[in-house]
Amino acid sequence: MYVAVKGGERAIENAHAWLAEERRGDPSVPELALDQIREQLKLAVNRVMAEGSLYDPDLAALAIKQSRGDLIESIFLMRAYRTTLPRFGVSRPVDTAAMACIRRISATFKDLPGGQILGPTFDYTHRLLDFALAAEGEAPRAPITEGAEPAAVPHVTEFLNRDGLIQEEPHSDETPGDLTRNPLELPANRPLRLQALARGDEGFVLSLAYSTQRGYGRTHAFVGELRIGLVAVEYDVPELGFAIHLADIELTECETVNQFKGSRSEPPQFTRGYGLVLGQSERKSISMSLVDRALRWRELGEDYIGAPAQDEEFVLSHCDNIQATGFLEHIKLPHYVDFQAELELVRRLRAEALELTGAPAMKEAAE
Amino acid sequence: MSASPTETRAGWLGLLARATPARLAELMPGDLPDHRFLRAPEVGAIMVQGRTGGTGAPFNLGEMTVTRCALSLPCGTVGHGHVAGRDKAHATRVALLDALLQTDRASALRQTILEPLAAEEAARAKARAEKAAATKVDFFTMVRGEDA
Repeated sequence: MYVAVKGGERAIENAHAWLAEERRGDPSVPELALDQIREQLKLAVNRVMAEGSLYDPDLAALAIKQSRGDLIESIFLMRAYRTTLPRFGVSRPVDTAAMACIRRISATFKDLPGGQILGPTFDYTHRLLDFALAAEGEAPRAPITEGAEPAAVPHVTEFLNRDGLIQEEPHSDETPGDLTRNPLELPANRPLRLQALARGDEGFVLSLAYSTQRGYGRTHAFVGELRIGLVAVEYDVPELGFAIHLADIELTECETVNQFKGSRSEPPQFTRGYGLVLGQSERKSISMSLVDRALRWRELGEDYIGAPAQDEEFVLSHCDNIQATGFLEHIKLPHYVDFQAELELVRRLRAEALELTGAPAMKEAAE
Repeated sequence: MSASPTETRAGWLGLLARATPARLAELMPGDLPDHRFLRAPEVGAIMVQGRTGGTGAPFNLGEMTVTRCALSLPCGTVGHGHVAGRDKAHATRVALLDALLQTDRASALRQTILEPLAAEEAARAKARAEKAAATKVDFFTMVRGEDA
């Protein structure tokens, strides 16, 4: 017999009211405004947009405030919101070669056309806490090089491509599969894998990428190029019959150059891994390109050595932090009936075992 | 993208959409005609695509919020507004101006709205390029050893 149990409404209501009070914190401290989060916690906003898979900085700021800074909870809120939106259409694939870069570096070529542009980076900082930030001060201003004009810089892989030293990326206009529309089926092709990785958990993708560097599916990656900047989003409006350059969004792109010995059909050449992430996130985009490259073993005719980063099913089934946290956290919710069944089973087995050995019945006082 | 932002319809629809909602509201003329919505402002999303390796096959990168509407002026001229984000008033302003830019008020609006917006957008791009240029690395070589 199953008896439905209800109750707890008042407790839940009061718990949520307390949550709201805790969210606000000490009322004598000024309340956070969404534009403060958007402007001053920009990298958190970017992570929530990337893994929430929805570009909207104001919405991400709201999600961060609502979740009290729990970024996975924020990502959950973004994912839930996006399911309520009608899909108007699809953009043209963004042209990252035309990106207005604020950062563009290459670890493979020192002197490359367009130069090494450091941009607003944490690199070369001393990672010492800056107590000056604890005090209010004037807004800092970045120096400028007067007269510099916005100009596109070519992709580094383009130079290698000219000499046939790197594997080509065959251009196509095939409609890619969409994880938000159809459940993932394995084996997945590269576009689907890249979609999954682009919205995958930064920590998970980072750890997998690190594992390839430590030898679990080594791919000898160099960062051919890392760039951050604005790209144009162009959208073909069906009722108008032409495309509108709707917005410029910030993206981070990483292209790795990897060693490849060659195979029966291919002469030795470099191969590529690719990472592209909404917002500014170079750690995520580098990680993504390493994992992308590790997952390409089949199409490049490499050996499968059983490394986690080569295992498409393992990577794609576990990289989504909302799926992961949903399944993980559900075990804290009431499982009274399941557990009652287990309890009765264990009691019966114990009683049978004790009867066989003839041991005196244990006290069952702890019920 | 190559469309002139002030002369072609695709150009001005993009320019108006990319303006900040606050700035466009500030530039709106006072004497606006009545309008009737053909499609009330609605918030939705478009899927933004990238390409594998930057140049290869398309893949779905993630969505972005978009608000769209369509309206007509009493003279029958139809205007469309598509903007990134969830600002319905912004989409409405874009649609209204899109309609007006197809009427004889076009040249005045081009001067008071499109040209300032285009100049401001270019100035923002230049300011970013100037900051980026200031972080460009100049390599130099140090001569080591004494037999140089």
